[in-house]
Amino acid sequence: MNTLKRIAGILWIIAGPLGIYYLVKTAVDEINKKPVIDTKIQWAVFVIVFIPIAVGIIIFGFYAINGEYDQLPSSSADITD
Amino acid sequence: MNQPADEVQSIRKIITASSVGTLIEWYDFYIFGSLATVIASQFFPKTNPTAALLSTLATFAAGFIVRPFGALVFGRLGDLIGRKYTFLLTLIIMGSSTFAIGLVPGYQTIGFAAPIIVLILRLLQGLALGGEYGGAATYVAEHSPPNRRGFFTSWIQTTATLGLFLSLGIILITRHSLDADRIKSIAKFNDWGWRIPFLVSIFLVIVSVYVRLRMKESPMYAKLKTEGKTSSNPLKESFTHRSNLKMVLLALFGATMGQGVVWYTGQFYAQSFIENTCKVDFEQSRTILIWAILFATPFFVVFGNWSDKVGRKWIMLLGMLLAIITYRPLFGKLFSLADEKNKTEVLEEKQINTAIKPVVNTGNSLRTTGTKHFFNDGTVLIETKVDTIYAEAGKTTIKPDVKISKLLSGKNYWMMVAIVFVMILYVTMVYGPIAAFLVELFPTKIRYTSMSLPYHIGNGIFGGLTPFIALLLTTIYGDKLVGLYYSIIVAGLCFLIGVLYLKNRIDQDVSD
Repeated sequence: MNTLKRIAGILWIIAGPLGIYYLVKTAVDEINKKPVIDTKIQWAVFVIVFIPIAVGIIIFGFYAINGEYDQLPSSSADITD
Repeated sequence: MNQPADEVQSIRKIITASSVGTLIEWYDFYIFGSLATVIASQFFPKTNPTAALLSTLATFAAGFIVRPFGALVFGRLGDLIGRKYTFLLTLIIMGSSTFAIGLVPGYQTIGFAAPIIVLILRLLQGLALGGEYGGAATYVAEHSPPNRRGFFTSWIQTTATLGLFLSLGIILITRHSLDADRIKSIAKFNDWGWRIPFLVSIFLVIVSVYVRLRMKESPMYAKLKTEGKTSSNPLKESFTHRSNLKMVLLALFGATMGQGVVWYTGQFYAQSFIENTCKVDFEQSRTILIWAILFATPFFVVFGNWSDKVGRKWIMLLGMLLAIITYRPLFGKLFSLADEKNKTEVLEEKQINTAIKPVVNTGNSLRTTGTKHFFNDGTVLIETKVDTIYAEAGKTTIKPDVKISKLLSGKNYWMMVAIVFVMILYVTMVYGPIAAFLVELFPTKIRYTSMSLPYHIGNGIFGGLTPFIALLLTTIYGDKLVGLYYSIIVAGLCFLIGVLYLKNRIDQDVSD
């Protein structure tokens, strides 16, 4: 199971940039198609809020590959750096 | 394990005091959304582009961007000064903002100040909501015995849905109580009566603040404070320490992200789909949701309680899986129940009424044609067409304004209630156990901050954007059901991550 968790980490790392690419591409296409203020605001909001989330999933994948989720903490004492 | 009677009574008081306040916050937050059209006409006239811009900002910013910020601001405060005072503060901010929206004069009276004030108040509402939930869930969980944590926190989980129920109910009641004549009553509601649901909020908030003031600080937090072990910088500890950040990310991608889309698809998108895509009458589309909520709400407690016995993970993931598999057929069935192509029209009962009203100083007239189509299953389709008859010979309206509204028969109406009930049942599965799940994931000293952020990104951003993204996808690709792919993909990704990485363990000791 731990091997699977680590391998899946690669998928999450790839999912981040793919998501950003698809989001920005769709935003540009839609704004070009209908360049009114409502469209611009909507897509700007989507891009601004989803890019940090996409970065989050890349970090999540990175942690998964490094085996951070092999053993989850069982008490707060385990949550220390 | 039986609890002493006074302990049971004490936890009941704690749950009631926390839940009532949280329910009022949800009510306050939802009345703005439920009255968006009326508010837009009062404060954000479409004829003025800047006001329209503010309207879009009010809808987007408050609901989606500000909630996670509220989670950070009040989460930090809750870990620094305590749960009790923080969620008391969020309640006061939310209540005052709501009451103030009810008092703001319209655009016609004070011009641009009106939309700007409303936007600021809406932002405050979003901030307060971002801080409330984490506080209430943490507070109740930190009072609960380990084997009943899911059950006790599930009462907090009912509040979001009940807040929506209350807002829809009060709006419908007010809409019909302002005049004996139904049409006049609705006109009065759109003119000034919409303020009543906002103003009513202040009484609810006063009662709730009084109740919350009498509450004591969470025993776990109080103990940490006495021992001097509270966090000095909860934000830093929550999001820059790798060992805690990885749990925040896991909570978001393995639980709250999927839970958020299931919540908003089952309640908001379903209602919007019934009204705008199926073209069901304004009131029927809301009462369908009201009945479904009423029947499904007890299941939050059922699944919360069950999660104390079998663990939180699989109940939440089963809810997501069922949603992923059945959303398309369920929404397809909703559409077909209202689709006139599946019905036979009783042509001899068809009614057409035309009214012509002259437009002052133009010589033109406005023609309103109402056509009622009756179908063999009892459905009535009302088509209202408005066009202009020009004085100038040969000139006609290029695109008349056509509105369609369907009144469903008893059988189809209750079928829709049953379908929405099933979707809300999924909501109860993913949402009922999640407070206990989040509380158990983080240590007491940074719990408020750590659990609030993934919760509000999952619900505010992934969930809150569901109706908009679904509508956008429908506009881009044309298919009426294509919007569901957003929810299906997000819930699917969350399901996979949850299956792989989450543990089903119930944490016996959350005091550390």
